[in-house]
Amino acid sequence: MEAITKQNVTFKVFRFNEETDYLPYYNTYTLEVTHEEVVLDILNRIKWDHDGSLSYRRSCRHGICGVCSIKVNGKGILACKSRLFELIEAFGNELTIEPLSTKRAIKDLIIDKKDFWDKHAVVKPFLTGDIDEAPTSEHLVSPHDAEKLLEADYCIQCGACHYSCPAVEINDQFMGPAAFASAYRFSADVRDTESEDRLHLTNEEASGVWDCVKCMECAEVCPKEVNPIEKITKLHNMIFEAGIAKNNVATRHAVGFAHSIAKHGLLDEGELVRYSEGNIGVLKHVPVALKMFSKGKIVLPWNMPKSDKLDEIQKLIKSSSTVKF
Amino acid sequence: MKELKYALFTGCTAKESTPEQMMSTLAVAKKLGIELIELTEASCCGASHLQDYDDFLSLVLNARNIAYAEKHGLTMVTICNTCQLNTAMTKHRLDHNADLKAKVNAKLAEVGLEYKGTSQVTHFLYAIIDDFGLDKIKEMVVKPLSQFNIAPFYGCHNIRPSELQNETHQNKENAYNPTSLDDLIIACGGVNVDYNEKNKCCGFHAELQAPHTAAVLTGNAVAGAMDANADWMVTPCPLCHLKLDTQTHHASVAIGRDVSLPVLHMQQMIGLALGCTASELGLKHHVTKVNFV
Repeated sequence: MEAITKQNVTFKVFRFNEETDYLPYYNTYTLEVTHEEVVLDILNRIKWDHDGSLSYRRSCRHGICGVCSIKVNGKGILACKSRLFELIEAFGNELTIEPLSTKRAIKDLIIDKKDFWDKHAVVKPFLTGDIDEAPTSEHLVSPHDAEKLLEADYCIQCGACHYSCPAVEINDQFMGPAAFASAYRFSADVRDTESEDRLHLTNEEASGVWDCVKCMECAEVCPKEVNPIEKITKLHNMIFEAGIAKNNVATRHAVGFAHSIAKHGLLDEGELVRYSEGNIGVLKHVPVALKMFSKGKIVLPWNMPKSDKLDEIQKLIKSSSTVKF
Repeated sequence: MKELKYALFTGCTAKESTPEQMMSTLAVAKKLGIELIELTEASCCGASHLQDYDDFLSLVLNARNIAYAEKHGLTMVTICNTCQLNTAMTKHRLDHNADLKAKVNAKLAEVGLEYKGTSQVTHFLYAIIDDFGLDKIKEMVVKPLSQFNIAPFYGCHNIRPSELQNETHQNKENAYNPTSLDDLIIACGGVNVDYNEKNKCCGFHAELQAPHTAAVLTGNAVAGAMDANADWMVTPCPLCHLKLDTQTHHASVAIGRDVSLPVLHMQQMIGLALGCTASELGLKHHVTKVNFV
């Protein structure tokens, strides 16, 4: 049987002009698409054949400039890289095309990325080092050291992760996955001399790595497979290793797991909250704790279950721990 | 069909704040004829936070848990999305990095254990879908949930990153358009509700560090389900359950709107459809009252 190479697809396209519209609206186009086409081809066809006023960013067409990032059915994509047939397979024959962030739309699919660039700039996304004005040889980095960057330098600043991050959406201060991936990229570079400054920047409450909600969306959405949350985890580790972790609810929350596992094998949920929040901070959780207690959801300290063979766990914690707080 | 048998990694909440999840897991396994061997030696998985502090320690502890499943020669079944992610992530990293595996095994050898990589790790939801089969569930339903609009809440750590998650799934899941839990609702005779937040974050992991962010996410999730006319929500993750069931007061304040819906564990939903009693499923342990049973 001959493979289907053409399909009809209905596109709902987000339209908004901040100079003339109060509210956004959607235009609908039904087009026959072929298996070779990517989303950018569709945007071009709509603009060239149906409505010349449709606005979107495009440039390299090779998945490297990062400007054509938009969302299709909620999924952040590069328009030039994302094949229609793959989207149809995932979402069916009705596709909704929106800007990366509808609340930042200026015109149609074009958004104001100022917050993205501002946050990116904060982490000093460049190499700082002692430069010999008249070098006699290259500044070589061994393959082993180069591997430490992981895939962090693949980032093309498209903003797909930033505008898919729920923490960015709610907390204006949160720097977001792309800025963190960039902070990691330069802090992990053996030639860099400002690594610790950058770690201090990412160690702040509200704006720093501690407010990550761990939804893994940045890893899922990244069209260049940068895996930003892996770099966020690395920054956490580097902050502890550098000994600059502050004594606060976020750091104690991470450390508290090690304490609890050492004592019970399992996590002592109540004790984790007390240890993280402190004896006074914990009081704000009392109303919920009482409700939970009344439903049999709180295990009292003397009834705390323990893992069998706890001695093994304790021995491993002693011999395998790599950091101190 | 050959009788299904798994090594059960309960995680911590099933032993503490969500006793109903443990009860309903065992009740449903019994109904389905699935044998679960509890890994009583297992430790906490670190819940996506221990690795922020000490990544290597987290790997060693998770590898130890898997090693116990390997001793039984069984696939490990998890009943918590975060246990699933941490365990599967450990397995993936050790199976793809011989040096790291050797380092971890050098530690495990101190307690006479070895991580071999011979056991798969899968969440109970996918064990049911891939190994047991939804058609068979459908045949076993005695009390279909046809009177209810049910909002699936997938939980991040079962669906993302999909490349890792799908390594063990026969029925691949798309993180932007997941279907497993919807299919399970339908198999139980219920009406699945579609809403934007079904594959979004509940905020659980930032509850202490970023309480406002966490509360807004919880509020958005419940509001999304309510606006889609859901009678109740269902989730495969006990951490999502804790957030959605016990934190709706903070969530309502954060989003400026009263939100609240009963939230069932996936196991409780199956149990209801298969005729388990409310007490077998621990429905009295919910903070937001399960008002329809």
